Amino acid sequence: MLQQLSVFIENKSGTLLQILELLKSAGIQLVATNIVDTMDYGICRIIATQPRLACTILQEAGMSANLNDVFAIELDNHPGSAADAIAAFAQEGVGIIYLYSFLLGGKGVLIFRTDNPERAQAIITENHLNALDEQTLTSLT
Amino acid sequence: MIWNPNKETMSRDEMRELQGRRLHKIVDYVYHNVPFYRHKLQEMNIEPDDIRSIDDITRLPFTTKQDLRDNYPYGLQAAPQSEIVRVHASSGTTGNPTIVGYTRKDIGVWAECMARCLTAYGVTREDTFSVAYGYGLFTGGLGAHYGVEKLGATAVPASVGNTEKHLRLIRDLRITGIACTPSYALHLAETMGKMGIKKEDIHLRIGAFGAEPWTEDMRHEIESRLGLQGYNLYGLSEIMGPCVSYECCCKNGSHICEDHFFPEIIDPQTLEPLPAGQTGELVFTTLTKEGLPLLRYRTRDLCSLMAGECECGRTAIRMGRIVGRSDDMLIIRGINVFPSQVESVILSTKEFEPQYQLVVDRVDNLDRLTVRVELRNEYMTDLLPELAALEQKLSEKLKSVLSIRAKVQLLPQGSIERSQGKSKRVIDNRKL
Repeated sequence: MLQQLSVFIENKSGTLLQILELLKSAGIQLVATNIVDTMDYGICRIIATQPRLACTILQEAGMSANLNDVFAIELDNHPGSAADAIAAFAQEGVGIIYLYSFLLGGKGVLIFRTDNPERAQAIITENHLNALDEQTLTSLT
Repeated sequence: MIWNPNKETMSRDEMRELQGRRLHKIVDYVYHNVPFYRHKLQEMNIEPDDIRSIDDITRLPFTTKQDLRDNYPYGLQAAPQSEIVRVHASSGTTGNPTIVGYTRKDIGVWAECMARCLTAYGVTREDTFSVAYGYGLFTGGLGAHYGVEKLGATAVPASVGNTEKHLRLIRDLRITGIACTPSYALHLAETMGKMGIKKEDIHLRIGAFGAEPWTEDMRHEIESRLGLQGYNLYGLSEIMGPCVSYECCCKNGSHICEDHFFPEIIDPQTLEPLPAGQTGELVFTTLTKEGLPLLRYRTRDLCSLMAGECECGRTAIRMGRIVGRSDDMLIIRGINVFPSQVESVILSTKEFEPQYQLVVDRVDNLDRLTVRVELRNEYMTDLLPELAALEQKLSEKLKSVLSIRAKVQLLPQGSIERSQGKSKRVIDNRKL
C-alpha cells in the first residue's frame, strides 16, 4: 500500500502550478501524477516522496487535499505483464476504480484503487505480485 | 380599440372618486373579515369610516410578503373557503409558498382586466392566441387564458415546453398572438431557425410578454425575429396575476387597471410616498378583491409612475419599466428565486461550506442558474463518482425548493472570495 495525495482543484489556470511550486519549495519530488477532470473541477492525484508532509503543506496553503491508500505494483518488463496482474483481480471479482501507470527505473508501475482493499492485498500476496511501499519507492527515486 | 372605455378613459376626478369609494369599502371589508388587518388598524386608531377619499390611503398600514408567509396558508384570506373557487401559489423564501385564493368574482375581474390588456395590444375575436406561460399553480397560464376566452379570441393553451410542437401549431393554426416570457419568445425564435421555419411562414403579429424583466433591446430583438409587435404585460400573483398593467400601441409605459389596483410609489427606506416621475418601490392596494384583499402591498419592484393622458386615449396612470428590486429576489424563467432559499438548502447539507454564489446566465435565450458551492475539506475524496453524487443530491434538493433546475458547481473549500462587507452572492450575467 502506498499513500496517494489527492487535491481537489478548481478548473482555473494557475492552480496546478501553485501545487507544484509548493511541493518544489519543500523539496518534495513527484513520482507520478494524474489529473481527472470534469467541466468544473478536477482531482489531482499525486505520488510523491514524503506524502504526509506534502499533504500538510498543501492544506496549510488553504488547499483541499487529503491522503488515501492506493496499491502500487511493479511489473516485469515484458508484454502482457499488466494484463496478467489485473487478471488476478478480475478473476476474484475485485473492481479497479481507477488506475494510472508510469515508468520507474525502466520498469512499469501500476497505481490503482480497488473497491475491496482487503481482498486486493490478499491477491497481491497469493500471486506474489511485486507491491511497492513508500520506502521502496523512495529508494528507487 | 379599448375594451372598457367607461373605465379606461374615465376622467381623473371620476376615477379618484371611484377609487375613494372602493377604498373605503375594502378597508371596511378587511376590518371585519381579516383579524390581521383589524388588529393593525386598531393599533393605528383607524376606523373604516376614517377612510373617506383615496388620499387617505397613506394612513393605511403596509403589507409585505413576510406577512403573507407568517399567515400561511389562509391567514389573510377574507372570504370564507366556500366562496373560494381557485387557489394559486407562488414561491416563498422559506419554502412556504404564498397562497392566493380567488372568489368567482375575483376570477371575473381578472379576466376583465386581462381582456383590457389584450385589446390594448390589438387582439380581437378574429385572433388565435397561444398562451405559453405555465399552466398550474403559477398565475401566468390560467390568468392569460381566461382573458383570451373573455375577449372571445381562440385560446391555444400551449403552456411551456414542447417547443417544436408548439411552433408547428403556430404555423399550422395560423396563430396570431402569443403570451409568454420574453426569454421564451427568443427561445421560440431560436428553435424556429433550427426547424427551418422562417418568419414568413408564421403569422404571429402580437406578443404579450411579462413575468420577468426585459429591456427595450430585447423587445426589438424579439419583434424582428418573430415579426410581431411585443408589449409589456405586468402582474403579480399576490395582487391578481398578469393583468395588473399593460402597454398600448404607444409602448410608452404600462396602463394600470387602477379601478381595481391602486398604485403608489414609495421610498423603500422611509416608506414615504414619492411623487409621479420618481423611481421607488411599487405598492398596490386591491380595491375590489374578495379572496385575498391586500392593503398597500409592497411589490419590491422598483419603477416610476407617469401621470397624464396617453395618446391612445386612456387616462389611467402608467408605470415605467421595472428597473430593479428592492430585495435580492431574482426572476429566473418567470420563477421567483431568493438567494436565501438556496442558502437554507446549503446550510442543511453538512458536506458544504456556508459559502455560495448564484450565477445566472442566459444560454440560447433561456435563463440558466448555476449554484457554486464549496465542498468542505473533510468530505473531499479522490473518487469522482462520489463527488458527482454529492452534486446530484444538492441539485435535487434545490429543485424541490426552487421549482427550477439549477446546475451545481462544486468548488474546493475557500475558492469563493470572502468579502468584508456584504458578500456578492449573486452574479447576474443576463443583459437585462
